[in-house]
Amino acid sequence: MTIHADHTAPETGVEDTAADVQRKFGISVEDYMLPARHQIQMVNPDGTLRSHEEQGTEPGHEYPTPSDAELMAAYEQLVVGRRVNDQNSALVRQGRMAVYPSSHGQEACQVAAAMCLSEGDWLFPTYRDAVAVMTRGVDPVEAMTIFRGDWHGGYDPKKHHVGIQCTPLTTQLLHAVGVAHAAKLRGEDTVVMAMCGDGATSEGDFHEALNFAAVFHLPVIFFVQNNKYAISVPLSHQSVAPSLAHKAVGYGMAGERVDGNDLVALLAVMDRAVKLAREGSGPLLIEAHTYRMQAHTNADDATRYRPDSEVAEWQAKDPLSRMKSYLTHKGLLDDAANERIAEHAEAVATQLREGLGEDVPVQPLDLFKYVFSKPTPQLKEQSELLADELARAESAEHGTESAK
Amino acid sequence: MTVTTNATGTTTANVSAATASAAASAAATAEASGPQSITMAKALNTAMADAMRADSSVLVFGEDVGMLGGVFRITDGLMAEFGEQRCFDTPLAESGIVGMAVGMAINGMRPVIEMQFDAFAYPAFEQIVSHVAKMHNRTKGKLKMPVVIRVPYAGGIGGVEHHCDSSESYYAHTAGLKVYTPATVADGYRMLREAIDSDDPVMFMEPKKLYWSKDQVDLDALRAEHDAGTSTEGRAAVARPGTDATLIAYGPSVPTALAAAAAAAEEGRSLEVIDVRTLVPFDDETVCASVRKTGRVVVIAEAHGFASVSSEIVARVQERAFHYLAAPIRRVTGFDVPFPSPKLEHYYLPSVDRILDAVDDLQWED
Repeated sequence: MTIHADHTAPETGVEDTAADVQRKFGISVEDYMLPARHQIQMVNPDGTLRSHEEQGTEPGHEYPTPSDAELMAAYEQLVVGRRVNDQNSALVRQGRMAVYPSSHGQEACQVAAAMCLSEGDWLFPTYRDAVAVMTRGVDPVEAMTIFRGDWHGGYDPKKHHVGIQCTPLTTQLLHAVGVAHAAKLRGEDTVVMAMCGDGATSEGDFHEALNFAAVFHLPVIFFVQNNKYAISVPLSHQSVAPSLAHKAVGYGMAGERVDGNDLVALLAVMDRAVKLAREGSGPLLIEAHTYRMQAHTNADDATRYRPDSEVAEWQAKDPLSRMKSYLTHKGLLDDAANERIAEHAEAVATQLREGLGEDVPVQPLDLFKYVFSKPTPQLKEQSELLADELARAESAEHGTESAK
Repeated sequence: MTVTTNATGTTTANVSAATASAAASAAATAEASGPQSITMAKALNTAMADAMRADSSVLVFGEDVGMLGGVFRITDGLMAEFGEQRCFDTPLAESGIVGMAVGMAINGMRPVIEMQFDAFAYPAFEQIVSHVAKMHNRTKGKLKMPVVIRVPYAGGIGGVEHHCDSSESYYAHTAGLKVYTPATVADGYRMLREAIDSDDPVMFMEPKKLYWSKDQVDLDALRAEHDAGTSTEGRAAVARPGTDATLIAYGPSVPTALAAAAAAAEEGRSLEVIDVRTLVPFDDETVCASVRKTGRVVVIAEAHGFASVSSEIVARVQERAFHYLAAPIRRVTGFDVPFPSPKLEHYYLPSVDRILDAVDDLQWED
């Protein structure tokens, strides 16, 4: 490993950023850091492309439309993501999984977060980001281990550069900062995507993570999926800021808000954010406006805190139907493509049903195996106690059988 | 990238030219060989410097550890020698320091971080308990957490409130953390090197009042011992041999226990003093061997006694050596009150007299 010991202090001053912004966008650093006056939206809820003017563009906030190939690949993942959400919810109802926090309605955010990254980049997801985890390439069944209940984490974080799905709110944002910092010290151009929800922005670690990333000038994209509720508590009780994206400027980083149900806009904004971060522009905050269509988890009764009319309103903004009609209008999506994509989604659903349908035997002695790299005598003792209990239970069972 | 840290920690992996030359110049100015009088602060500082020379993935960071060299000067000179990429100041945010260390460990580094004072670590408690302690377990061993969290702890320095807590029980109670606490200058070096080498996270509890304690120590001999792979983890030390009763102590209480044993010797009572050294893992063997020999036990700790490491020690001895006990085990601990202000701490801390009184209570036949 090489630590660049001769490397001077990272350039973190607002003067450097100002010069950089002036060169890149021809605007002041204040205009760059403040989000555009409106959410970046490129496609209307009915699937029609908004005119350039309607997209709400301002200098420094103009985005090119992603390529046809990227849009088609993303749409395919969107369909798969929706199928995964609905399949997993069904598996919970069948008692195959303990719990599943569905991202139904938020799949465009999930897909964009994973697809904008390169292979060497890292993703740090929350418990609701299983679709992003799978889109990144993690085996769907391994990604569901945490919710199936036979171990906490089911995949190797280093294999796909995906952190373990995090249940404590916003703590993983600091892990993202650490991964980025280590990479920067070694001179690697890794970008790190740190995901959280609107509720998480109230937690202390959110602020510490943003501040650390800004002070150390690290390539971290903080991606807030603002789905309007933290379990039952509405956004108005989390923050009275004009937007969550505006929080960025206080730390000295740029913020942007985007329609989180518009996959085209999400890809455009995220792709540029990754490019800027990789070029050394420091961290960015992106707030996506979306909506959790279903309850927080199966244990939650969403009708107690939000009206049906609100849910219906968001139904009309569904990311999947919007993207489908946009791509159809554009002539990219035909029956053959639809069929192929549906088959892909069904194959993943089948994989989930089969993988989660079988009862994987748990290994009781694994309880002790991964507490430490170098186990303590105390754990060895307790492990022997359990092994003895298991052996006695087994011989008792055999004894009963032979008595028959 | 190649990171090589073998069991003895002697490997130097592709350290950059600048770091190598800094290491060479530091080696040239290293202390004269042979035993010399040094403080625990110096031993800890030397341990970090040696570990950073041996492995370029070792990083030191926290609040005030860089330019200032730490409020207790334990990181003195590290930024100058290793550059501000490897020893640096962070924003003042303990959760941020620990959370960033988790990410750095995920991405191949071995962070050594400082919490400055015991009670200042509490904002980081969630990161320590939920992530540092559990990451290895949650990922079935795929991610290791070679993180050392240095916590200057306990009283005896006349500190104002929130500067003298004994927080070791919180960490010892958390599955997945190892908890070390040195009581001697030599152990300061040994145990910190070992903690940095460890692939498991170590809460490294440094008794503040012992930072300035001095001892005759041969650093080169300690380096050779480290390179030979000698381990202190899970090995208590017999700090003073004796036959009549056992005083079990750790960290800041060890010198007090030794003073009590010296005073008892004048009265003709031979007390053995055990220095536990690592609270997790705990050395049942050494402790119980002493108890079986003496049959009488006093456990000494600065922390509150209720639901504490001292309670655990009593329970373990009682479970394993009950029939060897000639008297109920006594404890001398801090009272169950918030750590007192400087003018009152004298009444709170375990003292030689309080220990001797407890020893007198051990149902002697004479």
